[in-house]
Amino acid sequence: MDFQTRSMRLNNARRKVTNYLVSGLSILATIIVIVPLIAILFYLIYKGASSLNLAFFTHIPAPVGEEGGGMANSIVGSGIILLLASLMGVPIGIAAGVYLAEFGRGKALATAVRFTADVLNGVPSIVMGISIYSLIVIQQKHFSALAGGVALGIMMIPTITRTTEEMLATVPHAIREAALGLGVPKWRTAISVSLRTASPGIITGCMLAFARVAGETAPLLFTAFGNQFWSLKLNEPIAALPLQIYVYAISPYDEWHRLAWAGALVLIVMIMVSVTLVRIVANRGVLKGGS
Amino acid sequence: MLSTVAAAVTPAAAPQAVNAAASPIRDFLSRRGSGRLADASFAAIMLVCALSIFAIVLFILSILIVRSHLSLAQFGWSFFTRSAWDPVSGDFGALPFIFGTLATSFLALLMAVPLALGVAIFLTELCPQPLRAPISFLTELLAAIPSVVYGLWAVFVLIPLVRDVIGPFLVKFFGWTTLFDGTNFGVGLLTASIILAIMILPIISSLTRDIMTAVPNSQREAVLALGATRWEMIRIGVLRNSRIGIVGAIMLGLGRALGETMAVTMVIGNHPNISKSLFAPANTLASVIAGEFSEATSDIYLSALIEIGLALFLVTIVVNAIARLMVWAVTRNAPARVQ
Repeated sequence: MDFQTRSMRLNNARRKVTNYLVSGLSILATIIVIVPLIAILFYLIYKGASSLNLAFFTHIPAPVGEEGGGMANSIVGSGIILLLASLMGVPIGIAAGVYLAEFGRGKALATAVRFTADVLNGVPSIVMGISIYSLIVIQQKHFSALAGGVALGIMMIPTITRTTEEMLATVPHAIREAALGLGVPKWRTAISVSLRTASPGIITGCMLAFARVAGETAPLLFTAFGNQFWSLKLNEPIAALPLQIYVYAISPYDEWHRLAWAGALVLIVMIMVSVTLVRIVANRGVLKGGS
Repeated sequence: MLSTVAAAVTPAAAPQAVNAAASPIRDFLSRRGSGRLADASFAAIMLVCALSIFAIVLFILSILIVRSHLSLAQFGWSFFTRSAWDPVSGDFGALPFIFGTLATSFLALLMAVPLALGVAIFLTELCPQPLRAPISFLTELLAAIPSVVYGLWAVFVLIPLVRDVIGPFLVKFFGWTTLFDGTNFGVGLLTASIILAIMILPIISSLTRDIMTAVPNSQREAVLALGATRWEMIRIGVLRNSRIGIVGAIMLGLGRALGETMAVTMVIGNHPNISKSLFAPANTLASVIAGEFSEATSDIYLSALIEIGLALFLVTIVVNAIARLMVWAVTRNAPARVQ
């Protein structure tokens, strides 16, 4: 065998080995990623399920050191704050998305808005929290559910804008043109034709934003502040599920740790359900048998 | 079908009969809603809502600057180069937190990027089709878990793990690097970096997958036609074309790591401290705000914390903007990803 053939054979062997090595490494990487995730989920389910009972959903926290108690006020409080946030974030977000998709196509302003929305999505949530603190809490001189709702609502706007725009972009132009050709004004086309066609996707986009802000704690730290008692008033501090989990997790009491695990399980289940629903609807597509 | 179109277009006697029971709003809209004014006002309302995004950014920037003017006036630029953090005497300097943020983010990237790239390569090139959807769903589930739940898990599982298993292992094999000196309490830079790595991994991996899918198949086929092995095809045909995008994805992960608050606050030890040891407690820009904001007694203290928030805001905006530009440049004309 001459030198050329021998070095070729060696080279080929080296390439083959590298190929198998890299394949093995990437499979290893996937395993390293998936295994802790499954471990976290199973541990969460195990620890949380053992402390979930009816009292968890119906009682407010018990005094320190006492058994029992629940997180009912946190669940309801979270619901109130998220309702406020959705009332603020969903209309503005959808309207901005409609502008980007229907009226602003190709304009430089639309590109700038799109880019800014993406960048705003990456701003740390604690910065949003201290901004709303500086705006609302300092003026009112007290913490409030309203401030918490505004902070979360502002966080929802960029996400909903981008998903609405993307969903509206998938509506075929032929449908819009047909409506315009029949004499339907442009604003009516946008609402009754484009929005209605893309509504499954838009709803899932809102659910995605909802699931994202449902787990946010940092903006609520200095706006809603948390509350140990039942409170449904918008002008007073209110409990929230992620906030309560944080307070319990860093506390020294075992009973509170148990409640924190249960609360985390409830939070995760809620978010997982939303994410899975989003996936199912997104895979079904905007138009059944679309163009 | 023609008859229905004709019926829709000709007014005839239909409107009177149909609108007999309609609301006054619908009446108004039918009569006045077809004009240019209606279209223009609707477009104006939508435009105002779209401009609200700019308004939000400007609002955050202005209110943070206004509320931190006390600290800006007193310390100026030296705020970011001094190491003091003494609320009692009113002496503040953000250098320990800048160190904490950079150290944890850098370590987290070091751990997360190889794993994320490995997962992305596996999912786009090597994974058999039936496994693709479940595994990608699982990695995106990682992204959906809230930060406080990661923190909860880290406090009760990761901290004992670092204290009892990982720590002694690192000291035994890597103690010579003096990076693992000092007592290992479980909390500190190392634990925070690990949990940050777990949190930014799904972002980097899913974006890298988008970018790798955006590379046209013709590139892959061309390299394969020249006799490349699979890894060589990935390296030459796909990775070389998507380098910029992958750097953008990594920067987006960095942006997330810089601003991550809750999980880091729970495991980093909350001590304004610059130290070489990875076991030492520290503090990041985000975690000092979360930890000390509600205890800020004096105006200058609050102002200093808000100035830290301002710095965090500006840094994450810049990092995210550059990252988004890079990712956009690569995926501009790409086909949509098929799940």
